[in-house]
Amino acid sequence: MLTALLIMSALALLLGAVLGFSAIKFKVEGNPLVDKIDAILPQTQCGQCSFPGCKPYAMAIAAGEAEINRCPPGGEEGIRKLADLLGKEFIPFGEDTAAPKPKSVAVIDENTCIGCTLCIQACPVDAISGAAKQMHTIIESECTGCELCVPPCPVDCITMVPLPQTLQTWKWQYPEAALEKTAP
Amino acid sequence: MRKLHTFHGGIHPDEHKLMSSTPPSARAPLPPRLILPLQQHIGVRAKTVVQAGDKVLKGQLLASSVGMLSAAIHAPTSGTVVSIEFQAVAHPSGLPELCILLKPDGEDRWIEHSGFDYRALPREELLTRLRDAGIVGLGGATFPTHVKLNNAQGIQTLILNGAECEPWITTDDRLMRERAAEIVQGIEVLRYLAQPAETLIGIEDNKPEAIAAMQQACNGSGIEVVVIPTLYPSGGEKQLIKILTGKEVPSGGRPLNIGVACSNVATACAIHRLVNHGEPMISRLITVTGNVKSPQNFEALIGTPIDELVQLAGGALPDSNGFIVGGPMMGLEVTNAQLPVVKGSNCIIVKSGKLFPAPPPALPCIRCTRCVQVCPAELQPQDLYWFAKAKNLGKAQSFHLFDCIECGACSYVCPSNIPLVQYYRFAKSQIWANERDKEAADLARERHEFQLMRIERDKQDKAEKLAQKEKAALAAKAAAAAKTQGEPDAGTGADAAAIDALRAQVREIARPVSEQPPEKSA
Repeated sequence: MLTALLIMSALALLLGAVLGFSAIKFKVEGNPLVDKIDAILPQTQCGQCSFPGCKPYAMAIAAGEAEINRCPPGGEEGIRKLADLLGKEFIPFGEDTAAPKPKSVAVIDENTCIGCTLCIQACPVDAISGAAKQMHTIIESECTGCELCVPPCPVDCITMVPLPQTLQTWKWQYPEAALEKTAP
Repeated sequence: MRKLHTFHGGIHPDEHKLMSSTPPSARAPLPPRLILPLQQHIGVRAKTVVQAGDKVLKGQLLASSVGMLSAAIHAPTSGTVVSIEFQAVAHPSGLPELCILLKPDGEDRWIEHSGFDYRALPREELLTRLRDAGIVGLGGATFPTHVKLNNAQGIQTLILNGAECEPWITTDDRLMRERAAEIVQGIEVLRYLAQPAETLIGIEDNKPEAIAAMQQACNGSGIEVVVIPTLYPSGGEKQLIKILTGKEVPSGGRPLNIGVACSNVATACAIHRLVNHGEPMISRLITVTGNVKSPQNFEALIGTPIDELVQLAGGALPDSNGFIVGGPMMGLEVTNAQLPVVKGSNCIIVKSGKLFPAPPPALPCIRCTRCVQVCPAELQPQDLYWFAKAKNLGKAQSFHLFDCIECGACSYVCPSNIPLVQYYRFAKSQIWANERDKEAADLARERHEFQLMRIERDKQDKAEKLAQKEKAALAAKAAAAAKTQGEPDAGTGADAAAIDALRAQVREIARPVSEQPPEKSA
């Protein structure tokens, strides 16, 4: 009887020690759910969700403080993916959320730019190159189209230009139209 | 007699080949204008080296290849470059592509050119010449030949594709009948580059004249002409390899993975023109057939508008309603007769309601699995359709969507007339688009995180500097306080200490930079 008790307590102690050790050794840094949500978000860092970037929004979603329908650049496809990930129902965009727009990039009118650097400070991805009293320009391949540089410009020289479709970005349309037309 | 293997599935569509394969091919006369798209190959768009207004000679370089996966474009005849602008091209998107517009001067004057002894050249040099001559695979995919051959050395089997399995098309048939000797000379160059243990030419048994001509030309050369049964799509690269060698190209792999390289007979002919005559790829044989008065094959300059060729074939009959560029199974339907012939165009079919009736309305899938029976890639087309329709792209991918060769056999047999291939194309391009978006998002995330890190770092630097300054001020204050203790009559202690601290600060600021301690100059 005593032996059994001793063995059981020794085992319990040993397993407890192993568990305790692994809890420290294999501790998960941060919330893995946040990274999964962040991977779905389009990383425009535009703040249209009312959070200061995609990561904070992902953290708010993970904490249950924000709905999943607040990201216009992600589109309905994004909401669907978030709903899938979180096991929630799909919900349409809220009334207070801006409508999704076609993907655009900012373009600086270089004749009007006065070189004030305000847009450079506003850009969340360092996609604007320039210096004080020097003309600024946008690195198109880095621009996420977040529009954050537009309001700070004192001379309104930044416009958002929708990206034209090219042979490289073109994709086949969903053949639904053909099917709907012919459905009885 | 070589033992032939079979691939899974396949169909027997009506051939419609005799009408265009019977008359000998003819050389198309100079068209009034040529439209040369800069992207006629898989890979990077070629870069123009001429300007509007330039006079160019036949065979002169117009656009050079950029990087490895690219091919050059040459002037098909002598004339003037009218402009370099966006023009409609034969692409399913209908989007315009940057083209060089050339107005022929009618003289057809060649630039200085001559053949060369390829055996005297190092391998790299020969491959570079192939690239600079704009040689791409003429079977339809227009993959740059020098890239394909770059890694193909000491392979097991070199396969020349003369199957031409798609209905209506007869260019390779006519080419093999008329230029068998030239093709064999081109094959010799390929053999020199790839050093294969065996060289095979696969030809479907519905082309007896071509088989006879090739057999005669190959006599004693060690190249074996293999007659294969007619079955669509036996001319598909992977299918032909399976028939001839019994080997299967692994999913997601290339023929080179199993020691096989595959090339079209027309490509071999183009290589011969380059090596033995110094001519870059400026023309090709193309079938003009369908609803025209006299279907025929034409040796057409690259860039010739479709309309010109249709006129040569006697013109489109009154009830025509558009064209198919390529074959009826995998080709592209267009209505614009001004689109140019490019390196990859092997056939122009003039359409009519009688020859190509509009497909009946699509009905729901009844899961009869006829598509499974004919799929040459051994996929489950009905499942792929299901997933693509539901936009369940991950699932479609896990069912090997990317092994689909879009041959159209499934759509051909579907009793519900579902445009299955369109669903697969949609799913494939959507997956590619998602991957592009993901790359862009990853880049943006990385840059944003770096920016946050940078701002944080700057903040810390500033705080450190401030802390150091404060520390110095405190030290000065303490020193001053110690001093005032010795001089009790110097006003109130506190005031004196404050003044001394200020003085210390002023001294510090006034001190030349070189005297400052190193940790402060940071």
